[in-house]
Amino acid sequence: MSRATDMRLHRPGTPTGSRKPFRTSPTRAARMALRRIVITALVIVEILPLVWLVLSSFKEESEFSLYPVYSLPRGLHFENYIDAWTTGNIGLYFANSLMVVVPAVLLVIGLCTTGAFALEIMRWRGRNVVLMLFVIGILIPGQMILLPLFTIYFNLGLLDTRLSLILTYTVFGLPLGVFLMVGYYKAVPRELLEAAVIDGATVYQAFRMVALPAVANAVATVALVSFLFIWGDLLVALTFVSSNELRTVQTGLLAFTDQYGQREWGPTFAAISIATLPTLVVFLALNQRVIRGLTAGAVKG
Amino acid sequence: MTALLRDRTAIIVLLGPALALYAAVMLVPIVWTIGYTPFEGSIIGGFTFVGTKNFETLLTDTEFHNALRFSIGYAIVSTVGQVGAGLLLALAYVFWLGRSSTLVRTVVFFPIVLPTVAVSALFVKLFAIAPQYGLLNATLETVGLDALIQPWLGQPATASAALVFMDVWRASGFYAIILFAGLVEVPAEVLDAARVDGARGLTMFRRVLFPFLRPILFTAIIFALVGTLKVFDSVVALTRGGPGSATTPLTLYMFDTSFKYLDYGYGSTIAVALSVLCLVVTLALFRFARGDVDR
Repeated sequence: MSRATDMRLHRPGTPTGSRKPFRTSPTRAARMALRRIVITALVIVEILPLVWLVLSSFKEESEFSLYPVYSLPRGLHFENYIDAWTTGNIGLYFANSLMVVVPAVLLVIGLCTTGAFALEIMRWRGRNVVLMLFVIGILIPGQMILLPLFTIYFNLGLLDTRLSLILTYTVFGLPLGVFLMVGYYKAVPRELLEAAVIDGATVYQAFRMVALPAVANAVATVALVSFLFIWGDLLVALTFVSSNELRTVQTGLLAFTDQYGQREWGPTFAAISIATLPTLVVFLALNQRVIRGLTAGAVKG
Repeated sequence: MTALLRDRTAIIVLLGPALALYAAVMLVPIVWTIGYTPFEGSIIGGFTFVGTKNFETLLTDTEFHNALRFSIGYAIVSTVGQVGAGLLLALAYVFWLGRSSTLVRTVVFFPIVLPTVAVSALFVKLFAIAPQYGLLNATLETVGLDALIQPWLGQPATASAALVFMDVWRASGFYAIILFAGLVEVPAEVLDAARVDGARGLTMFRRVLFPFLRPILFTAIIFALVGTLKVFDSVVALTRGGPGSATTPLTLYMFDTSFKYLDYGYGSTIAVALSVLCLVVTLALFRFARGDVDR
């Protein structure tokens, strides 16, 4: 599948869009109504749990036991958010997540842009084998490398540090990042690079001043996709970090629901909302790019 | 030009850091995990060589068999659900919504972006029965279906179903976009010609759309199968593998064996089995897909 598909997908009024139902029958109005109902029902099923989440996060604790859980909140109890953020430590976990996710995403970007350039643009024997090694990482379950990493980090004194998370996340982000970047470099016209070289540019200048600007959009997409994956991780954070002070949002949320989840529904809903907030913001701002980035991995594979 | 692009120093400078880190944190640990399989013990208690014992245990360990059965069953049912629902959605996007579908596509896609742990924590509440009814049980009570009110996450069958439902809810919008991309590739003339020939409904799908969609459908199935075989976060956050070990997949069994019972050798053996399963499934489907296209 080419990227041309992606572009067609997001251009309004593709040929598909203008396709009219071929048959016109007397029951057509009824069929249209049925279609609308089915689609609406689907959208409601997708959205309803999220609406319920947000509404519930503003409820006072007694509302959960007094009224059915689907009823609307009687007021806006922001205290739930304050409780979750402070007493429940979600604020701390949130900051911790940012402190590992941001460096990891930056590292993924730095390593993918340079590595994929060497793999796709430069000519050398064995580059296909090396590319295969990277791509295989997409298939490998995290469980396959956890124990040796635990041993390595234990011996280096890196267990229960942010560095262990940053290193692991970076490497978990590399396979897909390299794979995507190689695909994007493929689309860079060779004439651009040749012109730069004729003008006397070195390889590094050709990389920095020609190739990198040409894939700038793609870099942003890879950054988004890596951010979403790393932000949502549980396995790595659960394995390498045990102290409460270093917990990420996801392991923190798990600990939070263990401790308060059963009884304190309001703060629990607030904590869940906070954990999803960055992904919501990213998606509201850049949804078409997120969709392109996340599906590119599957469509191109 | 080519001489410049063959510059060895530049290749090492550009690829070196990525490859070195990748080798140290991914490639070496993969081999190392295989190296752990003939041992028993952990870094805390020390290791003893036990030869092929761990692999023999795999054959007799009923907990492993249960986890394997759950992993495979869950992967198949979830894949059918995710890709099936995605296909229906994609067909609806193309044939029902046409021009106006961007908003619906975007909204339905959204759940896959959310962190799995957060989604699971939400669904724990949705399926809750105590201290008050969650969204599902409360709704059942209101519409008079009291007989259906039950501890959804507390019974093996319903807990597995809840897990599958949550995964389908999360991922169907994602597969819908992938399959939608395949559907818009079907040329309008082909569709029109088929309609003139009287093809509609299932016939239309089987004879006209499916041949176009086949490669991308296979890709989606491979993606879904590997993704669900690797499931961990949603199980841990929704059911903790329970009740009992009813919803424990290989990933969680490996995790508990290694970090709860500190048996690195057997944990690694389970990890190897899981990886082999993922590789075999992928290769088999790839071969099947290719053979299909050749014919």
